[in-house]
Amino acid sequence: MPGKIEKDSVTGTETTGHEWDGIRELNTPLPKWWVYVWLASIVWGIGYMVAYPSVPYGSGYFHGLLGYSSRSHVAHEVAEVDAKRDIYMKKIAAEPFSAIEKDPRLMQVAEIAGASTFANNCQPCHGQGGEGRIGYPALAAGAWIWGGTLDAIQRTVTYGIRSGDPKARDSQMPPFGKSGMLKPEQIQQVASFVWSNFYGHPTKGEDIAPGAKIFAANCAVCHGPEGQGNPAFGAPRLASHVHLYGDFRAAIVRQVTDPRMGVMPNWNQRLDPATIKAVTIYVHDLGGGQ
Amino acid sequence: MSRVHERRVQLEKDLGGDHLYASRVRVYAKAVKGKMRRIKWAVLAFCLTVYYLLPWLRWDRGPGRPTQAVLLDVASRRYYFFGLEFWPQDIYLLTGTLIVAAVALFLVTSLFGRVWCGYSCPQTVWTDLFMWFEREIEGDRNDRMKRDAGPLSFDKLWRKSAKHAIWLFFAFWTGGAWIMYFGDAPTITREFWTGTAPGATYFFTGLFTFTTYALAGWGREQVCTYMCPWPRFQSAMLDEQSLTTTYQAWRGEPRARGKRDPGAPPAGDCVDCAACYTACPMGIDIRDGIQLECINCGLCIDACDHVMEVTGRPKGLIAWDTLADQKAKQEGRSVSFRLLRPRTMIYFGALAVAGTAMLVALLLRAPIAMDAEHDRAPLFVPLPDGGLRNGYTVNLTNRTQLAAPFVLTVRGLPGARLANGTAPQERHAALTLPVKADSIADFRVLVIAPPNAPPAARRPITFVLRDPATGDETTYAAAFFGPAAYVGGGP
Repeated sequence: MPGKIEKDSVTGTETTGHEWDGIRELNTPLPKWWVYVWLASIVWGIGYMVAYPSVPYGSGYFHGLLGYSSRSHVAHEVAEVDAKRDIYMKKIAAEPFSAIEKDPRLMQVAEIAGASTFANNCQPCHGQGGEGRIGYPALAAGAWIWGGTLDAIQRTVTYGIRSGDPKARDSQMPPFGKSGMLKPEQIQQVASFVWSNFYGHPTKGEDIAPGAKIFAANCAVCHGPEGQGNPAFGAPRLASHVHLYGDFRAAIVRQVTDPRMGVMPNWNQRLDPATIKAVTIYVHDLGGGQ
Repeated sequence: MSRVHERRVQLEKDLGGDHLYASRVRVYAKAVKGKMRRIKWAVLAFCLTVYYLLPWLRWDRGPGRPTQAVLLDVASRRYYFFGLEFWPQDIYLLTGTLIVAAVALFLVTSLFGRVWCGYSCPQTVWTDLFMWFEREIEGDRNDRMKRDAGPLSFDKLWRKSAKHAIWLFFAFWTGGAWIMYFGDAPTITREFWTGTAPGATYFFTGLFTFTTYALAGWGREQVCTYMCPWPRFQSAMLDEQSLTTTYQAWRGEPRARGKRDPGAPPAGDCVDCAACYTACPMGIDIRDGIQLECINCGLCIDACDHVMEVTGRPKGLIAWDTLADQKAKQEGRSVSFRLLRPRTMIYFGALAVAGTAMLVALLLRAPIAMDAEHDRAPLFVPLPDGGLRNGYTVNLTNRTQLAAPFVLTVRGLPGARLANGTAPQERHAALTLPVKADSIADFRVLVIAPPNAPPAARRPITFVLRDPATGDETTYAAAFFGPAAYVGGGP
């Protein structure tokens, strides 16, 4: 009921005319500019809903007049970064290692790309710094089974080991014990020889001569008379302090009796040639490269 | 009623209103002439000349190097000051400079009061400049007051517009000059006017144009009184021996207007002419004594001296003086200004120590530096031949203007060999690591201990870096890790 405007006697402010138990409500409206900002926000909000994706319906949503989508925005940004990277990655793919090594900028890109590729793909088996673990070669140590030059590493990474790829590195160590070629006693003898002579753990009073003979007759063909190994057939170096299956005598016995032969995937199914070259350089420069 | 409430009510009464907030009283400072005014103009001219022209001063640093004498190259993190070049690592020198500046300010304040505020603070300098423009266009105090009180007229409109236009122009010039310190001045100017400068250049020019216009044109004495923290603790530096702008109450009081008629009640030298407080840019009355707002600019001294001269009285009713001397003069004595007091000697001592430390630090800046960070994993790599290898990321700094063919060796590990991570197969007793002039480079360095080295979980080693060209040498204490004990042997 519009009556005459009533003023509060204490503050001098208008009242709304509402009264509860003698308490009157003062009329203190929002500042005008505030109200206008509020109205402008409503207008802006409607405009935003029309321009950008907003209202969902059943199977989809209203895409907005600008056709914006955050997913395509990301895709666009990723493509931009890829385009910048591609300049270098194409060069890495095209140039031989000898040329890449002379170009500090390419080396920098290769090391960075190689590091992330290694972390994503190689680290689970070979360890964070390429330190390896039992059954998985120590890349950083340079205890290479199939060779540690850049070209050898590139080939191993590309085609894998016993991976099923036609060009995969492949070799079989005969199961001397399982097939009966060596008797358990002979296996113990050859293990004693390898443990003492190559692994560097001589046992006092032990006769290693019979084992030496067995080694010369059966093992030296691949592993070399001095136990130096042969990367051509992936025969591990025995005269070493770093061993694929650990520095244990039992591991030698096990390997001669019924060898374990590890598998490495052929990464050409997953990584492009430039990335493989980058990770090759990274692995080489972990410290063990030849 | 609680005591707190009582005090609050009393305070509000004292302030003469219902609110603790005092609304601004516009200050219409009157032009004055005199010695202080001339000093103030001279300082203003000097400061502004240096500020506006310094970025244009050139300095030859050799080919391919910045030619600007004073340049803060934030993008490439190099800071040039004439013949000196600073890197971000020299941040301690900036800290030292700030300490020296603060102590110097304390010292000057304890001797001469707030002369920094009154003469050389940027707020004072630009406010003074803007007030001068205002006076030239709108006239002196009375004209301005009359016009401001009057209705809007063509005269008022054009004068106000012209004043703001000139203010904005100088504010823009000030903001623009600020940007010049952060890049090559001629290049920035060309880029700015051809519209090819980076967005940041326009943004910061706009920002400093706005702050200059707002603070020097509109804020003025409000900035000093309400925004600046310095006046709030200046009283800690002042004492009764400090020289400040002082009204000689013993001589001036009781103040009385006009001529002194014989037979009238005795009166002091103050003729209550209002010259002192109409001249004050802070809008205070110096006769109320030393107060928070006073910036010690001394314009009231000039204003009063003029009146004293005209009325045939001795000058110096308002003068630079100490509170101690005032007290003595009231008793008919006089004490002289003491330059050496415990306070000033402590400030001077601190200034000397900080300044000397700064100078020594500046002169002893090493031209080369090295840091080495051990690989996180693996801590060590056992090698097929029984040796051990540790990896480090070595960060080398070459601050000289020549390429440095650094040579790195290691002490504390007999028979150790070094290899560059990019060619691990090549092992050296001394590794060459070239670093370009004026730059920093990272290298992965492999340290290889020979087989059968005595086992140790952690062996302290020292990297030694030498620049064979200059003979400069620096070292870095690092550690070489190995297995705690040999854990070989089968079951």
